[in-house]
Amino acid sequence: MSRIAGRFAALKAEGRAGLVTFLTAGDPDRATGQALLDGLPAAGADLIEIGMPFSDPMADGPAIQASSLRALNGGANLVSTLEMVRKFRTKDQLTPIILMGYYNPVHAHGVAPFCVEAAAAGVDGLIIVDLPPEEAEELAGPARDQGIDFIFLTAPTTDDARLPVVLASASGFVYYVSIAGVTGTASASLDTIGGAMARLRRHTSLPIAVGFGLKTAEQVTAVGKLADAAVVGSAIVQKLADGLMPDGKPKPGLVGEVLAFVGELSAGLRLVKA
Amino acid sequence: MQNRNTLRAGPDERGHFGIYGGRYVAETLMPLILSVERAYAAAKADPGFVAELSYYLSNYVGRPSPLYFAQRLTEAFGGAKIYLKREDLNHTGAHKINNCMGQILLAKRMGKRRIIAETGAGQHGVATATVCALFGLKCIIFMGATDIERQAPNVYRMKLLGAEVRPVTSGAGTLKDAMNDAMRDWVAHVDDTYYMIGTVAGPHPFPAMVRDFQSVIGEETRTQIMAAEGRLPDSLVACIGGGSNAMGLFHPFLDDSDVQIFGVEAAGYGLDTAKHAASLKGGAPGVLHGNRTYLLQTDDGQINEAHSISAGLDYPGIGPEHAWLNDIGRVKYVSATDHQALEAFQLTTSLEGIIPALESSHAIAYAKTVARDLGPDHLMVVSLSGRGDKDVATVAKALADGALPPGDLS
Repeated sequence: MSRIAGRFAALKAEGRAGLVTFLTAGDPDRATGQALLDGLPAAGADLIEIGMPFSDPMADGPAIQASSLRALNGGANLVSTLEMVRKFRTKDQLTPIILMGYYNPVHAHGVAPFCVEAAAAGVDGLIIVDLPPEEAEELAGPARDQGIDFIFLTAPTTDDARLPVVLASASGFVYYVSIAGVTGTASASLDTIGGAMARLRRHTSLPIAVGFGLKTAEQVTAVGKLADAAVVGSAIVQKLADGLMPDGKPKPGLVGEVLAFVGELSAGLRLVKA
Repeated sequence: MQNRNTLRAGPDERGHFGIYGGRYVAETLMPLILSVERAYAAAKADPGFVAELSYYLSNYVGRPSPLYFAQRLTEAFGGAKIYLKREDLNHTGAHKINNCMGQILLAKRMGKRRIIAETGAGQHGVATATVCALFGLKCIIFMGATDIERQAPNVYRMKLLGAEVRPVTSGAGTLKDAMNDAMRDWVAHVDDTYYMIGTVAGPHPFPAMVRDFQSVIGEETRTQIMAAEGRLPDSLVACIGGGSNAMGLFHPFLDDSDVQIFGVEAAGYGLDTAKHAASLKGGAPGVLHGNRTYLLQTDDGQINEAHSISAGLDYPGIGPEHAWLNDIGRVKYVSATDHQALEAFQLTTSLEGIIPALESSHAIAYAKTVARDLGPDHLMVVSLSGRGDKDVATVAKALADGALPPGDLS
């Protein structure tokens, strides 16, 4: 069983939804990024998304745009991102790692070598924002061959006619983008999310994670009652940004503060049975 | 390609020109892009739509634009007979309006009330604001903060036309960043908004649709050169940023194998420097802004900023059909530097009384470099894609900075 399937099975056995956390690789620098990543499972992250920094993050709002830029200015690239995962895997064999980002850095690295290196580093899934199902197979195929799940996004604009197209080759879990918009901006109402979950479950038996616009522990707890996992990205990244000094260096205690915030986000999920 | 006997049949049904093009966008936008594709397919098959577009092109844009024999440039270049396709004489002063007129009629058909667009030099922004004023639609133009500074007259024109100009400060504040923010806005306003892309790039169907709307340039040129010379030209020359004026001129001639075709990229300070905008000659294939094409990028796949004295060519990508035409060798892609463009700008102004856009000056500059060798029997059509009034301040500054002494006209 893959780490992703294993983790969702374990969550189901516990009777609760999972917390998926997002950080950009190498933000604000490699050492701090590694310390954050390594601390996430103990802080309460059930699955971890790592952003692959890109110069032109078109689907992201200001918080993740700035985060991507900080990481690039700190020298991060695809090779250093995989190195982070490799180091993480020496300490944690169970928490799934999903790389999230845009296609061009992967394309430039070479699809085939990337998939081999990512699998060897311990990557479990890929979310490539600008690869809709119509274009995804050139990466999704080689990724699957290496045992990496290719996770598709579904959106409020993905109607019933189109859902089967998106879900046809989905594996791992389904990511529901809860708002039409970029990351970290507006939040959808719980009613809307509930309706979307009912619609998605008619089309798939895969676990569903809900993201975009979840910022608080209350929202995470509430979404946890509707979905299999809740994703928090911009709010965590913003917490990190708030802990930087004017010169961009981390203030003492930043890692602890970000991880404490992750702990708050996860606490509600651990109390409430789904 | 479905039909192997023509180079004009592309793209395939998924928007690919060879390996280029496609629809590399977030899922949230995919249903919207599919709806644009369906609406455009229906519109171009509808005689009512075709007639309406034709009416506005004639009576509002002022088409056909003249094909003008540039006698004094021909003499100065000392070889090929130079014809200028006068897109500078269109309403709003450039070829951009051809595309905007087509797309605004489509947006109206789709019931969209809010139009967004990106702009670099401001020409596409002005053309978009113009058609929005004409049809009473809300208009928001995304423009890099750097470009707002260097194209102040166009910014004011857009505001007069009723558009809101939104400064984009991400990245270097130029065209690619404006396109990023336009896409971010579109994804957040999917219900009422139409994104009027200004060049032959972006996700399918935009590269094909914009090409179709710009092909009026090449179709008129065929008719006009036949009337003037009784035969097709020997060569075509056009400048390329995203490449819409070039694609519009080239496309109707792609199957005429005797017609040589030259696309001129902006070489900025030179292709051997980091300061240029030549995606084909100085870039590598990648994926950005919804399509696979040649991009200026690092080995890690991060996008580089382009540089050109002409803001309209200052883009790190190029339309996917150009990428394909480059790879199959049908079009020869060359380049001209800032310096050469400035020289051509002054020559055309002083010899023909025509102030060309700095963008178009790149095409004229290339014509100058090859005209003598081609000889007097050679008919060359150069796309004069826009007028240069907007560039006068930039040119004055460049000449004052010593980029090219005014007396140095060989």
